[in-house]
Amino acid sequence: MNWNNVIQGLIFLATVILLAKPLGIYMARVYEGKPAGLNVLLGPVERWIYRLSGIHPETSMSWKGYAVAMLLFNSIGIVVVYALQRLQAHLPLNPMSMSGVTPDLAFNTAVSFATNTNWQSYGGETTLSYLTQMVGLTVQNFLSAATGMAVLVALIRGFIQKKVETIGNFWVDLVRSTLYILIPLSLILSIILVSQGVVQTFKPYEKVTLLQPVKNDNGTVVQEQVLALGPAASQVAIKQLGTNGGGFFNVNSSHPFENPTPLSNFLEVISIILIPAALCYTLGYMVRDKRQGWALLAAMLIIFIPCLWSCIYFEQQGNPLFNSLGIDQKATAFQPGGNMEGKEARFGIVNSAIWAVATTAASNGSVNSMHDSYMPLGGLIPMWLMQLGEVVFGGVGSGLYGMIAFAIIAVFIAGLMIGRTPEYLGKKIEAYEMKMASLMILIPPALVLAGTAVSVSLHQAKVSIFNPGPQGFSEVLYAFSSAGNNNGSAFGGLSANTPFYNIALGLAMFFARYWLAIPILAVAGSLSRKKIVPVSQGTLPTHTPLFIIFLIMVVLIVGALTFFPALVLGPIVEHLMLHHS
Amino acid sequence: MIREHMKPAIVSFLILTIITGILYPLSVTGIAQALFRERANGSWIYRNGNPIGSLLIGQHFDDPKYLWGRISSTSPVRFNAASSSGSNLGPTNSELIDAVKARIKALKTADPDNTSPIPVDLVTSSASGLDPHISLAAAYYQIPRVARLRGLSQDTVKSIVRTHSYNRFLGLIGEPVVNVLKVNLDLDSYKIDNNMNI
Repeated sequence: MNWNNVIQGLIFLATVILLAKPLGIYMARVYEGKPAGLNVLLGPVERWIYRLSGIHPETSMSWKGYAVAMLLFNSIGIVVVYALQRLQAHLPLNPMSMSGVTPDLAFNTAVSFATNTNWQSYGGETTLSYLTQMVGLTVQNFLSAATGMAVLVALIRGFIQKKVETIGNFWVDLVRSTLYILIPLSLILSIILVSQGVVQTFKPYEKVTLLQPVKNDNGTVVQEQVLALGPAASQVAIKQLGTNGGGFFNVNSSHPFENPTPLSNFLEVISIILIPAALCYTLGYMVRDKRQGWALLAAMLIIFIPCLWSCIYFEQQGNPLFNSLGIDQKATAFQPGGNMEGKEARFGIVNSAIWAVATTAASNGSVNSMHDSYMPLGGLIPMWLMQLGEVVFGGVGSGLYGMIAFAIIAVFIAGLMIGRTPEYLGKKIEAYEMKMASLMILIPPALVLAGTAVSVSLHQAKVSIFNPGPQGFSEVLYAFSSAGNNNGSAFGGLSANTPFYNIALGLAMFFARYWLAIPILAVAGSLSRKKIVPVSQGTLPTHTPLFIIFLIMVVLIVGALTFFPALVLGPIVEHLMLHHS
Repeated sequence: MIREHMKPAIVSFLILTIITGILYPLSVTGIAQALFRERANGSWIYRNGNPIGSLLIGQHFDDPKYLWGRISSTSPVRFNAASSSGSNLGPTNSELIDAVKARIKALKTADPDNTSPIPVDLVTSSASGLDPHISLAAAYYQIPRVARLRGLSQDTVKSIVRTHSYNRFLGLIGEPVVNVLKVNLDLDSYKIDNNMNI
């Protein structure tokens, strides 16, 4: 580990932690309906949207009403994105004459974007028109993120309110998330990204004459290079900020037109975990006990930080199979060294590994390097971070409500151990909350393990595997870990654009999103009805180092024990084979 | 319950689609085209007034006179900027070892006298298949070959490489790299200048 690897990691962490507080306060004020700085400008727009849509912002909904509104709104999104893809050949803004997308792929992509997963079965520049990218995908990048944030805010209200039957207004939470938080941040980020070279144009793909002609796979000489363009910056900004992750181009943020410089990379990778980290602060601010927010952020960081430097370490070690070939893999002032297969020269090892860890800890799923080409243990870390249930930062909103579900389980177990009534943030935790939290923790592993098991036993699923041996198993396990936790990154060797995977992964994404969001809204409803328990001698404090460590243990034991056997069959056995062959 | 939410759902979806799917990308395009026109359109490099490539997108070079870039795994042609792709080869895949060995063989054939260890980024595929850069070490490794074949001094080639190398952002973030296409363009025009002087 050289000094630059350490410093770049520290700069990344420090920036995130520094920005979490101001953004967290800003978001809390937005959700509490207090003046937050942009109200003069956006207040009229907000009220105009309510008036036109027949939304009564002062009406609070029951948890069931909130869930119905959320599901209805998301269903419209799925239908519209599906239709746009199927019909894109007949719609405007299609300068490269992309044909209609096949039904299974259109289904997969529609679910993928509505559920904030953004699994890429499609290749942006070879499949989708500019219109589909903008009006379909970019819109869902905003709205799926706003949906996650809205559900979180409803849950936070469950802790603040007492003895009420309602949990807030879905439309208000949705519109405020979009208007006051996601749009301003995306606007700023996209302009900075363009200044670095991210393209933003409606012109068709451009042709240039090559300096040196090149032979293609058939031996024909090719004189020209066609460069894919498009309105990329506006989409890249929100796909990073909204933990979406679906690339404008096939190779996502490793594409030089999506992520051209070290500065663009730094801003994009910060954006991955910025909002999820800041929402911890928002929680503390809104429940009027900032220590609770810091405690959850600390728990996330304590899992995140060792993963970060382990991944850097494993990738920096390089590939032992190269050692006898006369290749220099040592890091020096002149080269990054390490395992450079599937990585970009401008990012090297450290910026690729930071990204891989950030994008899988948060349920972003964008990539700036190819995870399939990681060393076995380097690739194990991103996979395992997803399998933890996307609660270490996780998706915007969904990560924190997932972590709160773990906290509910933690206080319950702790309560049993020491004979105290379990309480969290002033609310009594009872059988109903425990049932719902357990559902949330059991559904994703069930989707991941069942999906993987079925796929590795079906012929039509096995033919999609690209790399031989245990790595092939890892490709399938990674795919379901990604879809079953709404991440969206991939071991890209797997040919996932087949009817089997499009449908299987589409269903996994759908259930992983809504079967978790509905129970958490039920928890919000149940908590709202309860009275607030005053802090007493019998209260287990949930902001202490002891509780933080206990919470981490619960997350790790559930995550590690559930997936250890599967991980042994994939990356771990591959690591052993590599070093003992 | 569904009926009462129907109108808000449909109308707010339409309005938010117009705002985030049309107004937002259009305003970003407007601002981008006003402030950073060249960058927003693809950072083109021109030679004699014609676009010869993009500063950000690599091209394939296997002529020993040129500096070579990363391996590209796009199909059906290397550095296919209309269909980006990585190799996705796993670390133990024999195809990866074969690809690396083939590249080593090509480098050795082009420059049999060079016995230095080969920088790893020169024998591996990039993530995008379009990587415009190589590490400084990978560029320095190729200087003796390029200089010999072009009849230039190593110092001349080295200074061209230096001109098109980029340091870390603020000296800390990212990796130092060399832009392969820019170096090759300069190498070509350097020859022309010299011929004209004669």
